[in-house]
Amino acid sequence: MPVSATPTKAELTVRRTADGLLLVGLAGDWGAQPEKPGLGAVEKELAGGGITALAFDTAGLGRWDSGLVALLFKCLGLCDQKGVKVRTETLPEGLTKLIGLAVAVPEKKGAARSKEQPPFLQRVGTSGLAVWEGGAGMLRFMGENVLAFLKMLRGKAQFRWVDTFMVMQECGPQALGIVALINFLIGLILAFVGATELAVFGASIYTADLVAIASVREMGCIMTGIILCGRTGAAFAAQLGTMKVNQEIEAFQTFGISPVEFLVLPRMLALIVMMPLLCIFADVIAIGGGFLVSTLMLDITPMLYLHRTVATITLTSFLLGIFKGAFFGVVVALTGCLRGMQCGTNAAAVGQATTSAVVTGITTIIASDGLFAVLCSALHI
Amino acid sequence: MSADADIKIEIRDLTMAYGSFVVMKDINAKIKRGEVFVIMGGSGCGKSTLLRHMIGLKQPAKGDILYDGAPFWQSSDEARQERLRRFGVLFQSGALWSSMTLAENIALPLGEYTKLSAGDIADIARLKLALVGLKGFEDYYPAEISGGMCKRAGLARAMALDPEILFFDEPSAGLDPISSRNLDELILQLRDTLGATFVVVTHELASIFTIADNSVFLDPNTRTMRANGSPREMLKHSTDPAVQEFLTRGEKSASTAAAAKPV
Repeated sequence: MPVSATPTKAELTVRRTADGLLLVGLAGDWGAQPEKPGLGAVEKELAGGGITALAFDTAGLGRWDSGLVALLFKCLGLCDQKGVKVRTETLPEGLTKLIGLAVAVPEKKGAARSKEQPPFLQRVGTSGLAVWEGGAGMLRFMGENVLAFLKMLRGKAQFRWVDTFMVMQECGPQALGIVALINFLIGLILAFVGATELAVFGASIYTADLVAIASVREMGCIMTGIILCGRTGAAFAAQLGTMKVNQEIEAFQTFGISPVEFLVLPRMLALIVMMPLLCIFADVIAIGGGFLVSTLMLDITPMLYLHRTVATITLTSFLLGIFKGAFFGVVVALTGCLRGMQCGTNAAAVGQATTSAVVTGITTIIASDGLFAVLCSALHI
Repeated sequence: MSADADIKIEIRDLTMAYGSFVVMKDINAKIKRGEVFVIMGGSGCGKSTLLRHMIGLKQPAKGDILYDGAPFWQSSDEARQERLRRFGVLFQSGALWSSMTLAENIALPLGEYTKLSAGDIADIARLKLALVGLKGFEDYYPAEISGGMCKRAGLARAMALDPEILFFDEPSAGLDPISSRNLDELILQLRDTLGATFVVVTHELASIFTIADNSVFLDPNTRTMRANGSPREMLKHSTDPAVQEFLTRGEKSASTAAAAKPV
C-alpha cells in the first residue's frame, strides 16, 4: 500500500476483453474519502451478459479500508448469482485474505430475518393470544399468592419476618415525606376549589365538609396508592427483575424454596400493613392543608372548622377509605411482583417490567376505585 | 442389579424444546455415583438447557431424568422438591442473593431445611466459606467482592446442604487460567472427599481433560448427542470428525484444511 501525500480520487473502471473476461480496474485512494464509485458499472456489464470471468487490475490502487472490502464482497455475491468466475489473485494480499475470511463460512440458511410483516389477522390473533396468556399468568400468580398466604397462616410458608420488616421500613416510614407533601397539597387544592365555588352560595363553611369527606373517602387512599405504586411497586419490579436476570430466582427454585413465598409474601404483607397506616396519615395531613387555607383565608374559625370536620366524617367513610387503602396495597404489591417475576433476562426487560408495573398498578387502582364508587352508591354506603 | 445400583443419574430419551423449536433430541446417558460428568459442546448448542432440565427449571418435551432410578419430572411436586434439596447448583455468575451477606446466603438453606441452632449454622457457613478460600468474607455483600470470589461463594452455598449431586454451569467462564485450574482441583478434591456426583457444563478443553470421568458431546447440527464416555477415551478412539475437531480445538484438521482453503 503506497502512501501518497495527497489522496487521489478513488476510481473504478470496467473493461471488457476478449473471451468474456471483465477487467475491473481499481485505482486511487480508497481510504476514508467521502466520494467513492459504486458497483453500478460492473452490474451494468454483468447484466449485459456474455461474461464468464471477472478479474481485477489493481496497479494504481492506493490506500483502502473496509469500504473497498465490502464493495468487493458485494461484487463477489453478484458474480456468484450470475455464475461468473472471479479471479482474486491480482488483488493485494491483505484484501484477498479478508475476502477469503468473509466467504469461508457459508451463509446459514434461514438465519437472516425476513422483513415481511405478518398479515393483519395473524397479528390480531397473536396479540389476542398474548392478552389471554397475560391474563392467565396474572390469575395463576394471584392463585399462588393465595396459596402462599394460606401456608403462612398455617405457619408453613418459607419466608423471613426480617425481610418483611425491612420492606415495611422501606415502604412505610421512608415514604412519609412524599405522602405528606402530596396530600398536604391535595388538601390545599380541595379547600381552594371548595372555597371559591361554595362562596357563590354563601356556604364557605362547608369547605371543611368537602375537604374532610373527599380526603377520607377518596383522595387519601388514591393518592397514597399512586405514590406507593410509583415508589414501591416500581422498586419491587426492578428488584425482582434484576434478581431474575442474575439467576437469583432460579437459585431459590433449585433449593426448593418458593420465590413467591420467599420474595412476594413479605412484600405483600408489608404493603397490606403499611397502606392503611399511610392512609390515616394522609387523611390527617390533607385535612391539615384544608384547615390552613380555610382559617387563614376564609375567616372560618379553627374551632368551627374542626367541629365541622369531625361532624362530617362517619365511621363508615373512614373504614371505607382504610379498606380501599389496604386493597390498593395488594394491587401495588401484586403488579410490582408479578411484572418482576415475569421479567425477561436482560437489562431492557427490567426497564419494561418496571414501566409495566407502574402502568398496570395505577390503572388498576383508579379503575377499581371507580368500581368501589359504583358499589358504594348502589349499597348506600 | 449391582451395576444398576451404581447409576446415580440416568438421562432417558430426553427431548428438549422451546415451544415447537427442538433444541436437542434423544439424549441418553448414565452417570455413576461419584463421577464427574461433563456436558460439552460448542457455544449455544443447548448445554445449559440440558442442565436446566436436570435441576428442575425446565420441563422436558419428552423423556425423563432418573435419580437413583426414580423419575424426576414424572413424579409429584413434593417428591421433586424433596429431590431438589439434595442438589447443589453453581450458576454461571454465582447467582448469590444480592440482598444478603455471604454468610447469610449459605445460612438460608440451612435455616430452611435443618433444625440446627443459629450458632451452629453460622459455624457451618464459616466452614464452607473457608473451604472455598473465603475465610473472613462472611459479612461481605456479593456486590463487594470480585466475580471469581462470587463464583467460589456460590460454590460454598451449593455445598451448604452437603448435596449428593453438584451441578456446575460453566464454572471456568470469566476466570483467569490459574483460578480456573484451582477450581478444577477443588472439584476433584470434593469428589474424592464428599463422594458426591458432579455434573459440569463446560467447553474448556483443559478443564474437560482434567476433571471428566464421563461426558456427553452435544452437536447443534444434528440436534442430538454425538458421543458419550470418557473424553480421554474419545480423543483416542473416536472416529467422529466433529468430536475429534472439538477435542483438538480443530487443530488436527486445520492443518490439512489450510492447504485446501478456498479463495
